[in-house]
This record gives sequence, structure tokens and C-alpha cells, in this order.
Amino acid sequence: MHGKAFDEVWGEGGADVPREGFEALARWISDTPAHELDRRQQAAEAAFRQLGITFAVYGEDEAAERIIPFDIVPRIFSASEWSGLKAGLEQRVEAINAFLADVYGPRKILADGIIPAELVLTNAQFRPQVAGVRPPHDVYAHICGIDMVRTGPTDFFVLEDNARTPSGVSYMLENREAMIRLCPEIFEMFAVEPVDDYTDLLLQTLRSVAPHGRGQEPVCVLLTPGHYNSAFYEHSFLADAMGIELVEAADLEVDDDIVWMRTIDGRVRVDVIYRRLDDDYIDPLVFRRDSMLGVPGLMAAYLAGNVTLTNAPGTGIADDKAIYSYMPEIVRYYTGSDAKLPNVETFRCREAAPLQYTLDNLDKLVVKLVDGSGGYGMLVGPTASKGEVERFRAALIAEPHRYIAQPTLALSTVPTLVDQGVAPRHVDFRPFCLSGANGVKIVPGGLTRVALREGSLVVNSSQGGGTKDSLILADRPRRRANTTPSMRSGAD
Amino acid sequence: MLSRTAASLYWLGRYIERAEFTARLIEATMRLDLLSARPAGEGAWESALAVSTAEEGFWFTGEPVTPEAVTRFLALSLDNGNSIRSCLDAARNNAKSVRTALTREAWEAINRAWLGVRDCKAAGGTAAALAMVDKLKAEARGFEGALHRMLRNEASFFVRLGSAIERADNTARLIDVKYHLLLPEGEKVGGAIDRDQWTTILHTVSAVTAYRWLYREGLRPGRVVDLLVLRPEMPRSIAASAEEVVQMLTAIGRRLGRQGEADRMARVRQQMLGRSTVNGIIAGGLHEYLRGFIAENARLDQAISQQFRFA
Repeated sequence: MHGKAFDEVWGEGGADVPREGFEALARWISDTPAHELDRRQQAAEAAFRQLGITFAVYGEDEAAERIIPFDIVPRIFSASEWSGLKAGLEQRVEAINAFLADVYGPRKILADGIIPAELVLTNAQFRPQVAGVRPPHDVYAHICGIDMVRTGPTDFFVLEDNARTPSGVSYMLENREAMIRLCPEIFEMFAVEPVDDYTDLLLQTLRSVAPHGRGQEPVCVLLTPGHYNSAFYEHSFLADAMGIELVEAADLEVDDDIVWMRTIDGRVRVDVIYRRLDDDYIDPLVFRRDSMLGVPGLMAAYLAGNVTLTNAPGTGIADDKAIYSYMPEIVRYYTGSDAKLPNVETFRCREAAPLQYTLDNLDKLVVKLVDGSGGYGMLVGPTASKGEVERFRAALIAEPHRYIAQPTLALSTVPTLVDQGVAPRHVDFRPFCLSGANGVKIVPGGLTRVALREGSLVVNSSQGGGTKDSLILADRPRRRANTTPSMRSGAD
Repeated sequence: MLSRTAASLYWLGRYIERAEFTARLIEATMRLDLLSARPAGEGAWESALAVSTAEEGFWFTGEPVTPEAVTRFLALSLDNGNSIRSCLDAARNNAKSVRTALTREAWEAINRAWLGVRDCKAAGGTAAALAMVDKLKAEARGFEGALHRMLRNEASFFVRLGSAIERADNTARLIDVKYHLLLPEGEKVGGAIDRDQWTTILHTVSAVTAYRWLYREGLRPGRVVDLLVLRPEMPRSIAASAEEVVQMLTAIGRRLGRQGEADRMARVRQQMLGRSTVNGIIAGGLHEYLRGFIAENARLDQAISQQFRFA
């Protein structure tokens, strides 16, 4: 199946002429010796290791700190490809927020029968505790990471909406830093849209949704589960880049429904909490009682309107994979027009006919847990062993409502540096969308994840995936005309 | 600054200092016993355990008091909370949780030191153990250097405050070793072995040359005590550490615009040290004086925790 996958540089069917606009990149790839690419890639990875851009893999003891492999060959989107994606992403994120405001408010979409009410109201991700609460500006999902895949020149699909605590944006920023340092000629060849104002936009977004009347400079903090968390590097990176405090639960206390942080100078009132902690753990008084990571009383402060949580509690209902299958309807319902970004065809195993279809075609489908993430709890039919397929069959029959199935897509490939030189590898793409008081903002870029194993479609870092820089070309020529790429092999 | 951040930085300072001190203690004990023309024997190792408050922990291992067993326990044992390995684990964990408050240089020094002991299973023979001690001392110096090149803000002040509190405690314990270290029967105070022991203490705090410079005369126990307790120009002395505690607290207080109980206690302590004489200390009993100081230092540590809301 990967034989006929669309390659983003070489197009379809293994052509020997690059796609229009990709000639320069193709030349750069073929002109730069593999050992030179390799040297640069190693330099990037060494720098990441030194910076401590590491992640933990759960269930692995000594691997406690690994870096995510970085691929030196960038992925490029043209200006027009990006503008199409951007419009679709804005529409989708607006719909997600409208949906959340509705299901935690008047529930019109349920009354109108667009989505079965019980699918929402009995969903584990639905939080009845926040029903009726309106966060500032009705924004719930302030930070969304929308996972996209591509199968052809104009065929982009949304694979997954991440509306809880999406991670990976630090890689978008660090990968760009590494590329500029190690492959400056790329930026001489192309006019690339910058991504480095992401953290400024993020801080603006956080401030814009502070509780009413908290002044011009509300106090924002980033709440992390702590340095054992797999994304801790990102938490500290973002807090640092925004100049806000990186707090753990123990640093916060709630007094009379107001959140304070403990500092050496006394306690300071907190207005906005960018929490990188799941709903389940944020407040042991309301959600999981055994959570040691949460702040007792935090939800009471939130419900009283004294603190803004980003993302708001309860956003998980919007990125649940069972709800995902209704996204085209959701987008149409709230925006009045068809979704600009299509979904991947999805079979809801909770329904009889799709379940039967799924069971009959397990070897061709990708089966996912509706509440799974990180590539865990997932069956990739075409590459799975017989045993795995049978295990999923049993699980599906036992609890069909916990699963969805999708066709195995021929994900696009991008040239990638591997042991044998440069070869095509499958990729996906996660752009980051910020929603605040002033609408949706999306930096031109995102995280490209690449499945480094030949033929593999699983891009998750916990499953051996790597990352690439994602360059969005500006809709203008480079200022300095006729720049020849400087090829610095050997010394740097 | 978050109280937790301040606490992590303070303890980072304490743990690095403790790791370095333990390394120096191992080196000193080796000099007293294995490398000495007049080996002090088991007594030297027992006293090393005593200084490091590790006697009980070591007793639980059931091992005999041998140079190898004690060295391993002091350097590498995870059952010993004060071992070099345990201290570096704790220091690195603290550093990690406040990673952005530190410079890369400072973090790397800690990480390198940690990597250096992480994979050691046995301390090896004397030469290997000494090499490890040297390496650790070098990393600790590197960390101190990196610290001095950090922005002069609360972050560096809290690390140095922790180091100074720990150093005061460690130096007091080291001098007190003489109390635990009994002279062999028939050996006179002021005799050859007694002198060896005092010299070793000077070695441990890199003060042999400093002693000669300051006193221009042969080794006299009273002088050593004067140097290590009362001389502020001697960097590892109790007086110098007490002075640094005051300086760091003052620097933090200036940033915050106020002072508290810990500042008061630290200043009183510094004044007391300034008024003390070595004759007075010895007349009242050196051991009692040092025990009193260690207890006072612990109370100051408590006051610091309260003042900055560490807990």
C-alpha cells in the first residue's frame, strides 16, 4: 500500500520529476551528501540532548529520558496549501468551541437530534460538573492541536482533534531553531513564514481570557504535573518563553474560591492557569480523589468565575473519537457551511452495521479506542499479527462502544534521512490553533511527525516516530534574488 | 519566585556541598589509614561514619568496618541518604525541577557529576576511589564557577545560601571528628599520630598551605581550630560560612524589600563568632561547642524554611 503513497516532493507513482515548486528542495536533497545530512542531524540531536529536550516513555524504566529523533530533511507546504488548511482549521476550531458552549449550555444540537444525546451525556469525557458554567468569551478549547494527514496533492483530512492538553509545540519551535542553525541555505532558498511568535500569541491568548476585571496584566501560570511527566520539557520551555511561573499543584492553594500561588514574597493571586494536566487530576475534591497532582478547591474557584482554566474542564467531549465521527455535522450545524477540512471515514462500532463491517474487515482497518491516545490501544490491521487481530476482535465484541474503525490511509510520504540514505517515510501534521477573546490565531507551522520505520504508519513518539521541521512558504519571493544555496560540507 | 523553586535551589546547594564534603571525607580517611605511615586503622573509618551520621545505617548492612565497605557505603550506597550517590540524585532531581532557573553550565556540571557516579557499582581500590573523589571535587568546583557566572538574582542566592548552611554544618562535623577519633593507647596528645590527624583535617578542607601562611609556625591544634572555626578569610571555616549566610540572606532581603527571623538569627550568630576566641572555645569544651553550633545551624535552616515558605 505504501508503494502508491503520494510523496510530497516527488508526487504520485514514483515520478522522477519533482512536483512544481519542489525542484529546489529536491536539488538540495540530492546535492547535499548523505554523510553531511547525517552530520547535521547528529549535531541537532546532540543539541537537543544537551538542552534536555527529552521525553519519558511510560512503562520503560531506564529509558526515562530519550530524545525524539529529529529528521534534518524539512517538510514544505506552499502558501496556497497553507491558506486552505488555515481556513479549514479556523472553521473547525470555531465549531469545536461553539459545540462545547452548546453541550455545556442549552444543548440545542442534542435537542435537534444532530448527535444522539446519550453519546454526549453518558460519555466519560462529558463533565456534568461544569454544565451551565460560561468561561470568559465562551472559549473552552483555547489551545487545540488538530492532527492532519494527507493522501494526495489536495487531499487533506483531519485524523484527530486534540482539544484537551495537546503537546508538541516546543518541537515545532526547537526544530526551527535547529534548522536555521544547521541548514541556513534552506532559508536562503525559500521565504519561510516564521513560527517564533507562537509563545507571544499564546500569552496574549491566555491574558485575553482572564476573569473579568483582573486588570491589564492578569497573572498567568502554567500548571505541570511535575518533572516526571513526559512533556515536562515542553512545560518548562513554554513557561520560560512566556515569562510566567511554572507551578505544580503544591504551589497553589485555594482560599475562599480564590487561587493563590506561594512565593518567597508571600502569596500571589492567580488569574489564568494554563494547565497541562488532565481533567481527572486537577481537583481531588471534584474529580479523581486519589490525585496527588491536583489542587483541592480549584474547581470551586473555577465555577465561581475567579480563575480561568485553559483549556476549560470538559473539552474532552469535543475530541472524543466517537464524537469525531460527527464533526462534519457539527461544523455544518454551527458555522452554516460544509467543513472545509474533511474527516477520515469512520465506522462507529457502537452501531450494529459498522461493527459488523469492522469485524469483517479487521485486517484492512485501523481500530482505535475512543478514549485512547499516543498510539496506545490501537490496531493497524494490515501490519498487525494474527494474534493482535484476534485480541482486538474479542475486545470489540465485548465492548463495541469503546471503539471506532477507519480505513487504512495511504499517508503521504516525505523524503527522510534513514540508514540507507534519503527515503520516503509516512508523515502526519499537527498545527496548533489558539482561541482567545479575539478569535482564532494559528502560527504558520506545526509539528510534522514521521514514522521512521519503512512502511510504518504510526508516527507517535512513544512508538518510534520522529519529527521534522514544517516550513510554510510565504506568498512572496525571497527578498534577495538569485541566491545560490551555499553548500557547506565538512566544516561548519 | 515560587517558594518551591527557592526550596529546590536551596537544597540543590546543600546536596552538592554535602556530596563534595563526603568525597573529601573519604579522601581524608584514606590518608589517615591506608596512605599513612602510621595507619589509624578501623578507628578512622568508624569516625568517618560518625561524621557523616551514617553509623547506624552502616551497622544495618551487617558488613565489617573495612575501608572498601565504608567507602562504598559513603560513596555509592542508595541505602545511605547522605552518600555521594544519594546526594547527587537529590541534587539532580532538584535541579531538574527548576531547570530554567539554572544556567546550562550549572545544569551540565550537576549532570556530569551525576553521570560520573551513576554507573559505579563498586568504589574500586584506593586509586580508583581517589580518582572518583578528585573528579567529583572538580565537578563541584565547576558548579561553583558556573554559579558565580549566573545572573545575580534570587536563584543564585538561594543555591549559595544552601551551600553555606551545609558547609558550616560539615566543617563543624569535620572538626568534631577529632573528638570521636581516640588516640591509640599509650599515644600522647601532641604526639605524632595526633599531629597526623590534625594535618588530615587541614587536608580535607584544602587548608594546609593556608595554615602555613596565616600562622608561620608548626602545627598546633589550637591554631587549627582557630583557622577552621574563627577565621573568616578561610573559605571553608565556620566563620566564613556564617558570613556568607548573612550576605545571601541580605541579598535576598534586598530583592524582596524585607527581612525576617532567619536574618536576625544569622546576624546574631555571626556576631557571636566574631566575639569568640579559640581559648574560650577550648576551655568550654570543643566538642560541646561544635554540637551547639550544629544544633544552632539546624535551627537557622528551619527559620529559613519558614521565612520563605519552603514547606
